[in-house]
Amino acid sequence: MKRDTTALSSAEKISFSPEMKSQFEEIVQQFPDGKEKSALIRILHIVQTEFGWLSPSAMNSVADYLKIEAIEVYEVATFYTMFHVNPVGTHVFEVCRTGPCMLLGSDHIISYIEDKLKIKVGETTTDGAFTLKTAECLGACGYAPVLQCKYKFHEHLTKEKVDILIDAYRKGIVEN
Amino acid sequence: MNNRKLLLENIDIQGIESFDIYRKNGGYRSVEKALKKMSPEEIVEEVKISGLRGRGGAGFPTGMKWSFLAKPEGVPRYLVCNADESEPGTFKDRYLMEKLPHLLIEGMITSSYALGANLSFIYIRGEFMYILHILEKAIAEAKANGFLGKNILGSGYDLELRVVPGGGAYICGEETALLESLEGKRGNPRIKPPFPAVKGLWGCPTVVNNVESIAAVVPIVNDGGAAYAQIGIGKSTGTKLISACGNLARPGVYEIEMGMTVEEFIYGDDYCRGIANGKKLKACIPGGSSVPILPHFLVCKTAAGEDRLMSYESLSDGGFASGSMLGSGGFIVFDEDQCIVRNTYNFARFYAHESCGQCSPCREGTGWMEKVLHRLENGHGNMRDIDLLEEINKKIEGNTICPLGDAAAWPVAAAIRHFRAEFEWHVTHPEEAQKRNFGLIQQVVTA
Repeated sequence: MKRDTTALSSAEKISFSPEMKSQFEEIVQQFPDGKEKSALIRILHIVQTEFGWLSPSAMNSVADYLKIEAIEVYEVATFYTMFHVNPVGTHVFEVCRTGPCMLLGSDHIISYIEDKLKIKVGETTTDGAFTLKTAECLGACGYAPVLQCKYKFHEHLTKEKVDILIDAYRKGIVEN
Repeated sequence: MNNRKLLLENIDIQGIESFDIYRKNGGYRSVEKALKKMSPEEIVEEVKISGLRGRGGAGFPTGMKWSFLAKPEGVPRYLVCNADESEPGTFKDRYLMEKLPHLLIEGMITSSYALGANLSFIYIRGEFMYILHILEKAIAEAKANGFLGKNILGSGYDLELRVVPGGGAYICGEETALLESLEGKRGNPRIKPPFPAVKGLWGCPTVVNNVESIAAVVPIVNDGGAAYAQIGIGKSTGTKLISACGNLARPGVYEIEMGMTVEEFIYGDDYCRGIANGKKLKACIPGGSSVPILPHFLVCKTAAGEDRLMSYESLSDGGFASGSMLGSGGFIVFDEDQCIVRNTYNFARFYAHESCGQCSPCREGTGWMEKVLHRLENGHGNMRDIDLLEEINKKIEGNTICPLGDAAAWPVAAAIRHFRAEFEWHVTHPEEAQKRNFGLIQQVVTA
């Protein structure tokens, strides 16, 4: 995906809340002195949970916090598939489509969600509620087909289950 | 057959995820025994005697891996548990960690003591964040009860244990990519040598072991390596967790004694109970998506007509010509309605997506294979494409820093080897191939 790099370097810094900073601090302390960079991935998870995605501002601010170069954050954020470096909807459905899930119909689940939400894979609904993505093996093959939303797994998917799930997320009654 | 369980024996006990219940059921005995009665060298020796082989997929003897660990003066050593479980078809570690977190913690303490590590890590795939919290809770409980921290059980041994998440990358299951990721970087595998045993995490001597391997250290220390070695068959000692999935009547995680017949595992009442919906078996990938696929007539019997067993040796009997591998124990079963070309394309896409991109043969080759297979699957291929796949394969295999290239190449080679007729049918019957599946192939006797 092409990015406008000027937007990266000129992005405004943001300040993290005291609660977030204390979480960061706890993680950094888990590693020996001088090895603080090891905290990066977990900190990015926290930042993404808070803001929904990793904006250039957020990434630059993480770099400042860990006293590393911004590029060190970008290269990690863009390497790992769980991180969203573009804005996404409130709920991101990541549907597994690898072998074992495919054998049990993940393709049908994906196209059913596309039809129901009137979006294609990679898109976000106009109300900003849902983004649909596909994922490669989520490690839940025995419970296929599977999707993940935030850190929650939804397993043994059927069309009926998808209906219930979308409804529940719309109403905000799914615990994460 | 009498199937002993060494890891999952207590999994159904209510509350076993808590320290108190786990302890009441014999938990943490191995830590007591190790720290009070055994030297680190004695534990390494027991693990060697046990014949335990790495449960992540490679099957390298764990005791030997441990004995390679360099021990320079004044340099810290690390034990890192590989909980990045990402091999398609594999979900055993997730099950173990979720239900029996203390078994992994106990194994980590005993193993760390054996290796002389005072700071150890569990690297878990980011998707399993909820398990990270389960493990951290278990670690806090173990610490509160004196099994972690300073001077554990008054032995003078100190250990801290951390859980570190990844961010979604199959390649981080490769041990050097995992270490890069643990250092907060992209998961690009390192060139070996130096091996992690000499230069691993932050340049220090490091052992990286799979979750199941670490858990197996608990019964090995409790009952002795010799007792463990008596279970199983030949050089496949002990028990193995098998993640059974695909078109099975009862998929799930099973602990089996090595040496059980594949037939019993697939059709036995205590195991998978056969193919779902009364269908016929078409093919099986017995060890995770990276190992060769077997056509139905080579699943339960070897080419020589002997019973195929769930063991490292028997599953690889016949080499790549007519065998496969036990790998991670990701046991994927295909029924007669499945299309091998479609599945091969699916896995090729997976590997193209997951290639880290640092080696050209893998970065480019996996992408080419994906495109060629897409063409074949969608009725735009020609006969030359099938040979082209084999050519690309040979140019990836062995020409990359890490085994992802091989892992991408082998399944394609095996699919063509055993199911060439089905690939050719996609070329000769492009329209029909969009509407129906090829069905079962008949056994062809090859000289």
